[in-house]
Amino acid sequence: MIETHLPAIIALTFVAFSILIPVFGIWKEELSQPLAVLGSGIAAFFSVYGFFVFLDVGMIRYPFGGWAPPIGIEFVYDGLSAFFLLVINVVTFIALIYSKYRGRAEFPGKEMPFYSLTMLMMLGFNGILLTGDLFNLFVFLEIASLSMYSLISIGKKPASYAAFRYLIIGTAGGTLYLLGVGYLYTITGTLNIIDMSAMLPTFAENSSVVAALLLMVVGIGIKAALFPTHGWLPDSYTFTSSPSSILIAPIGTKVAAYVLFRVMLYLFGIELTDAVMPLSYLVGILACIGIVYGSVMAIAQSNMKRMLAYSSVSQIGYIIMGLSLANPFGFAGALLHVLNHAVMKACLFMISGNITHREGNSDMSRFDESYRKKYPWSMASLSVAAISMVGLPPLAGFFSKWYLALGTVENGNWLFLGVIIVSSLLNAVYFFRILERVYMNDPYEEEQTEEEQQKAVAAATYNEPPASMLSPTVILALSLFAIGFANVLIVSALMGFFPL
Amino acid sequence: MLEFFTGHYAYWFTVILLCVGVYGIMFKKNLIKKTIGLAILQISVVMYWVSIANKWDATVTTLDPNIPVDQVANYLNPLPHTLMLTAIVVGVATLGVAFTLLIAIYNRYGTLDEQELLEKIQ
Repeated sequence: MIETHLPAIIALTFVAFSILIPVFGIWKEELSQPLAVLGSGIAAFFSVYGFFVFLDVGMIRYPFGGWAPPIGIEFVYDGLSAFFLLVINVVTFIALIYSKYRGRAEFPGKEMPFYSLTMLMMLGFNGILLTGDLFNLFVFLEIASLSMYSLISIGKKPASYAAFRYLIIGTAGGTLYLLGVGYLYTITGTLNIIDMSAMLPTFAENSSVVAALLLMVVGIGIKAALFPTHGWLPDSYTFTSSPSSILIAPIGTKVAAYVLFRVMLYLFGIELTDAVMPLSYLVGILACIGIVYGSVMAIAQSNMKRMLAYSSVSQIGYIIMGLSLANPFGFAGALLHVLNHAVMKACLFMISGNITHREGNSDMSRFDESYRKKYPWSMASLSVAAISMVGLPPLAGFFSKWYLALGTVENGNWLFLGVIIVSSLLNAVYFFRILERVYMNDPYEEEQTEEEQQKAVAAATYNEPPASMLSPTVILALSLFAIGFANVLIVSALMGFFPL
Repeated sequence: MLEFFTGHYAYWFTVILLCVGVYGIMFKKNLIKKTIGLAILQISVVMYWVSIANKWDATVTTLDPNIPVDQVANYLNPLPHTLMLTAIVVGVATLGVAFTLLIAIYNRYGTLDEQELLEKIQ
């Protein structure tokens, strides 16, 4: 009974809680955070359960209102969407547990709207992942984006301008996507993804279909912060409040990457995508430029949140590079990187939030040895997440890069392989810089003698934030080990989702 | 060649609107004008969808006793219109959020000119 209704349950949980939170929040503001945790907890539970149901019974198609597709609209719960749902709902659940104290500190009195908007944003993301209809995908995309603009505008003084810039460029992207869907509709007369993908091979050379593909890839590429259109991302992630950056950074661009997967590999199929021009290779080149650019810009930053934002530009490049390789290894590597990056980025933004909670900012020039005593657990998690970002075994980050590298070797694509290696070295530069400040004697500090430093370290006392902030950080860091050890299991499941 | 222009004149209008919208987004310095450009861009896509539903010698999509249901070619295609109702609502919601953000920006910085804003944020 529950198995057949799984897709609807996951999405409707968020609808119910986006209404419940204002109802209870007006009565008691403190109730809104526990309710948000409950809502995302239910959705996370059903996503985990649903993933195992999927492995047993295969794809679930859920038509609405008793109208059989392609006339009616439907939710499709297949491997790709099951995996993405699992990742985003579990990470959001952990991020919402974390956000209790930071939310109270950064936007007092606005908690109820914040958590209600969070639920609406998750509804949008879950809808994008579940829907089997191209126009519904646009509607869910706009629901998610509108809530995201509002969430980003809650924050420091320039946050509203950052959100406005994102709104202009993001809505333009969504509109281009809608125009592309319009072209496809005029050619095929359907909007159902499964139905349309069966019809499209007949129209491979039609110029409308080629234009539609280009418009959709460009429109979604803007939302995914693919290289030339990444301009909105660093400011948005830097100026927004820590809870919203922890919520949005791990999952926001991933869902847009999911739409690229859906359009390029499932709807069109890789042969059709590359029929007229080598589009997947072009997208891969842009992803490569984004990887190198993001890493280089991250080295130049002194604020930790801004550095992490540029690193996001770089990491989304890996995912899209894996997509552009279009072979099972690249595909599995990209999906594994979706999971890894969501966990790593959430963990790193949480550490930045922990330090902001106690120090008032997360400026990296102030990191020194005393942090090792003040924040032992946060700093240990930072080292785990940083080493995983760089890609050293046995941590999770190594394996996704390993499978991506295998994918480039299989395609004989040495340029992409070189970019993966260079970018890993650049990652090492900007993460080991922090670790050096914390765990080694600071060679840049010349005013202080070594004795004074020793004294400062001795004077520092344990100053970690409350357990509800610390435990999510540590759990995410530990799960990086778990994912690293379980990588064979995960990848063998992921390879099975490759279309063809 | 002339047929290419006159035969598709509805599409040429939407293309012109689309270009006006993109121009407004990219080159206007005032944030209100950027928002207007965004609205024009959205409307151009809505107009495209509305125009693809149109047919000669066809009637509105309510059941006419003189035209049996199996002659669907004599009715307009209602789907693009209904879809565009949703898209228009999405556009209105976007404009609402955009104007709310503009009010917040104006209250914080006292200007809506992009150049001045960037100087004040630095």
